[in-house]
Amino acid sequence: MKRASVLLAVIAVIVLAVGWRAPVFLTLRNVLDIANESSLLAILVAGQAVVLLTRGVDLSVASNLALAGMLCALVGKAFPGAPIALLLLMGLGAGALLGAVNGVLVARCGLPPIVVTLGTMSLGRGAVYMASGGAWVSEQDVHAGIKALPRAELLGVPMLIVIAAVVVAAVAAWLRWRPAGREVIALGNNPDAAVYAGIPQRRRLLQVYALSGALAGLVGVLWVGRYAIAFTELAAGYELTVIAACVIGGVSIAGGIGSVGGAMAGVLFLGVVNAALPVIQVSPFWQQAIAGAVILLSVAVNAGAGRKSRLPILERSVP
Amino acid sequence: MLQLRGIAKRFGPTQALRGVDLDLVPGQALALIGENGAGKSTLVKALTGVHAPDAGEILLDGQPLRFARTQDAQAVGIAAVHQETVVFDELSAAENIFIGRPPVKRVAGLRIVDWRRMEAEAQRWLDAVGAGFSARTPTRDLSIAQRHQIEIARALSMQARIVIFDEPTAALSRAEIDDIYRLVRQLKSQGVAVLFISHKFDELFAVCDRYVVLRDGASVGSGDMASAGEDELVKLMVGRAVENIYPPRHRTPGDVALRVAGLSHPTEFDGLDFEVRRGEVLAFYGLVGAGRTEAMLALMGLKPEATARVEIAGCAVDLCDPAQAIAAGLAYVPEDRRGQGALLDLSVRTNLTLPALAGPRHGWHGRLSSGPWLSATRETAFAKGLIDRLRIKAASDDIAVGSLSGGNQQKVVIAKWLGLHPRVVILDEPTKGIDVGAKQAVYELIEDMVRQGLAVVLVSSELPEAMHLADRVVVMRRGRIVARFEHGAPAEAIVAAASGVAAEAAA
Amino acid sequence: MKAFGSWEAVLLSLIVLLYAGFGAGIDGFLSPYALADSTVNISERAVIALAMAMLIIAGEIDLSIAATMALASLAMGLAMQAGAPLPAMFAAGLATGAACGALNGWLVTRRGLPSIVVTIGTLSLYRGIALLALGDQAITGYPDALSTLGNGTLGELVGIEGLIVPIEFGIALLFALGVVVWMHCTVHGRRVFAIGSNPLAARFSGVAAGRYRFGLFVFAGIAAALAAAMLTGRIGSTRPNLAAGWELDAITIALLGGVAIQGGRGSLVGVMLAAVLLGAFTFALAMLNVPGIVVTMIIGGLLIAAMVLPRLLRRRAEGVA
Repeated sequence: MKRASVLLAVIAVIVLAVGWRAPVFLTLRNVLDIANESSLLAILVAGQAVVLLTRGVDLSVASNLALAGMLCALVGKAFPGAPIALLLLMGLGAGALLGAVNGVLVARCGLPPIVVTLGTMSLGRGAVYMASGGAWVSEQDVHAGIKALPRAELLGVPMLIVIAAVVVAAVAAWLRWRPAGREVIALGNNPDAAVYAGIPQRRRLLQVYALSGALAGLVGVLWVGRYAIAFTELAAGYELTVIAACVIGGVSIAGGIGSVGGAMAGVLFLGVVNAALPVIQVSPFWQQAIAGAVILLSVAVNAGAGRKSRLPILERSVP
Repeated sequence: MLQLRGIAKRFGPTQALRGVDLDLVPGQALALIGENGAGKSTLVKALTGVHAPDAGEILLDGQPLRFARTQDAQAVGIAAVHQETVVFDELSAAENIFIGRPPVKRVAGLRIVDWRRMEAEAQRWLDAVGAGFSARTPTRDLSIAQRHQIEIARALSMQARIVIFDEPTAALSRAEIDDIYRLVRQLKSQGVAVLFISHKFDELFAVCDRYVVLRDGASVGSGDMASAGEDELVKLMVGRAVENIYPPRHRTPGDVALRVAGLSHPTEFDGLDFEVRRGEVLAFYGLVGAGRTEAMLALMGLKPEATARVEIAGCAVDLCDPAQAIAAGLAYVPEDRRGQGALLDLSVRTNLTLPALAGPRHGWHGRLSSGPWLSATRETAFAKGLIDRLRIKAASDDIAVGSLSGGNQQKVVIAKWLGLHPRVVILDEPTKGIDVGAKQAVYELIEDMVRQGLAVVLVSSELPEAMHLADRVVVMRRGRIVARFEHGAPAEAIVAAASGVAAEAAA
Repeated sequence: MKAFGSWEAVLLSLIVLLYAGFGAGIDGFLSPYALADSTVNISERAVIALAMAMLIIAGEIDLSIAATMALASLAMGLAMQAGAPLPAMFAAGLATGAACGALNGWLVTRRGLPSIVVTIGTLSLYRGIALLALGDQAITGYPDALSTLGNGTLGELVGIEGLIVPIEFGIALLFALGVVVWMHCTVHGRRVFAIGSNPLAARFSGVAAGRYRFGLFVFAGIAAALAAAMLTGRIGSTRPNLAAGWELDAITIALLGGVAIQGGRGSLVGVMLAAVLLGAFTFALAMLNVPGIVVTMIIGGLLIAAMVLPRLLRRRAEGVA
């Protein structure tokens, strides 16, 4: 929690500093804009955080989202009258299936997640190409419902923010309140002890990767709707942004440490910085360099704080 | 109530269990005795549902049982308190107690964790075992003894009919060990059957009613504790009389090889002074966690915050860096041979030659390499010399160390230093987890080293070992040296010093 | 640490099979010029894959190696624009590569941070710096000598007609030879294997693990600079997205070459063979007009298969564990 508060403090400082230069930064409209921009990242980060907690990593989220998005775009193009709920379900399902492939390779075949998801990332990207034949699904062909969804509002709040909030809250609640979620945290904390505790390791890992995949699938549909386009290189490289947000938010790559809430602070940080740059007239080309520097700083800071404090052997009083 | 008949289990080429019979009776504690490698932990895993036996039967109240997973064993009331505490330190004590089976309530049709009930019940169980901390304490803040208490609370909360204690007292003080005895007696009075595994005979005689001896995966004897003698038990464990386990002592100590003054560290130990002479064995005795290993690591240059005045053979040595310590003639054989001592995936030859690659040093004028270039012939010769000298049993010097038995792995880890003729060898728990035959070999090795004029520092938590081998015993507790004894001092005094209890008058 | 074992034999046979198979199927595939051309996907990637393999064997990883290439190329371009002659350009590139590697090395060894996260951070940082410097512009106008490095043949260099082995390939072979010898025949290489197998046990045995790891990161940076020089020479321009995604190629080649991701095991000969195999494979597919992305997809599949098969075979051999 201490790390999260430091990060929030830093975010507050940035917001105030930028807001002082450009008061428009502090308006509600701007806040909603930042949240809107960050909502897709937030959903992906929620899934990735859970994977990281189990000492794994999912590098295939971006290609999974592109594949699910492309599949829905193609279906939406072929059946413009299809109900949007169906397309969303398709996205979730396709993503979950892709995630399950990762899960089987990691949990059942015991392969290292970094290698597995590297492989499925390439496979996924290629699959997008093959599904689309290399052609783009352009704006007019994207299903009207999918396009409209991100622009809709619920009680004045943009739909993307609503969906993201619901998803993130659901994932956080699952980790905190559902027995399966607690087992996932235990699993990442001490995989060897998990066997003795009767935690079904393989099943939980499979579920975790399927979750990450499902969320990627959902984001795929939303992404296509938001940007009204679907093409092979959609979201290429975005997996690094997702991991960056997690790392900045204090989720440890070694597993067992971190929370969804902390990861959201990381999302917020990236969102605020990306929004602030054009306002203070800094070239957007700074984004990546800043993200890199912040990752390094966060890891250095978190490593210092998170180092397991060994109980001091030496008693200061006379034995 | 619980009967095991003919339990057998094989792992690849190793037959871990080959026909175990034992009976657990409600209200009685059964001692499970056996050397390391005899199959005790495999048996525990079979009983707790971690592994299914290949053959044999487990009968509960006459009904055969089959455990597909650990929950099945828990469901029939079998619980275990493990040697390496099975806890999740990012979770609270309450959550650890109920891990895998949290109290749940239904909200909107979904099962969710009932935190309040979990914490309340967990607190009840913690109080029942006499733990003095709140159920909400994060486990990472708790000591080893307290973690044991969580495991025991877990066993109690499962309303277990059978509780297995697997070497529960390794890190405990005298008072905490008495707590364990009290708990075992309490369980017995409640009609629980207890399986108590320990290699410390005083504990077994204190709480157990009957015993079963395992040797090489089979049960070789059983009976009442009351009528059993320690020698008889050891004979069953080992298969032969045991007086020979310690080789005859020849000690002619020479000059001081290692002199340490004021070895201190901000959080781990303070003000350690000692010296070791050539041809002498100095034992460091203490409970697990007393700071002995940490002090030795500092001597090897692995603790940058430590300070000391160290002299090896009269020359002052700096504590910065392992290479320096090694060059000055120190050798350290770590406690955890798999995790810290051996490169398990690499060959025997590679392991044996690794420290020697750095070239000649004070006692050794050989060269394994010509400049930077490796020489297969020289390496093979060097390795062969050590394999022969220590009688390391390995099919060839090319096979991975990980595939050797525990005893042979330990020999490899020790051997790689002997080839360099060090001045001082520090052995950290060298016989932990190896069978009696290999132990004997290690003791002979130590006598051999002493005969050659090495100074040996032996860190050991096994009192008989320390008492038999050492010329002097230094006892550490909580980071400080609290007592020094000469060879022949009474065991009770040494143990009392280590546990921090005032020595009682000899009975 | 055997340099040539059964896996390397498999790789070698696959290379022969590949050339034979595609040679039969594609007209002119086995002509000397096509063979020489087929090395275009091999040389630069081999250099970074070999450096990556050394790091993986030592138990680390460097995801920033391709971004380092971009920065090294940038340094060369800036040096050129400042009027520096070719040797100074090379020096600038190498120095930049070394500095990038040194930052990684320092963070991992002195600050004790996990290399995967550190290099994810430096990957963004280095690419970001390249973006900042260039935006969406490119640096072009490199001297002919650099172009010869990237595109020329050894024959041109020494004046022998008909020696059509590309200079790049020659450099890659020399580099590979040096790395193989260092890792498999010297004391230092042995220590690197030990560090990857069990860093703690290696330290207890007196191996200066920190120093070796730092050195390997710096070496990776230098290798990246070398590859950057070759690539820049070949394509004649520097863009911020130079060698984008090549870190994954490097890891894939290393793993296909038999290096264990956990560290402590692998053969650099295998890595070079895997580089040749993969390079030839992608070249052949390109000749068949298979789109690049499908090629990447196939490589992804190969990577997974290469991981799964040994485990399946081992499990069958051991029986039930």
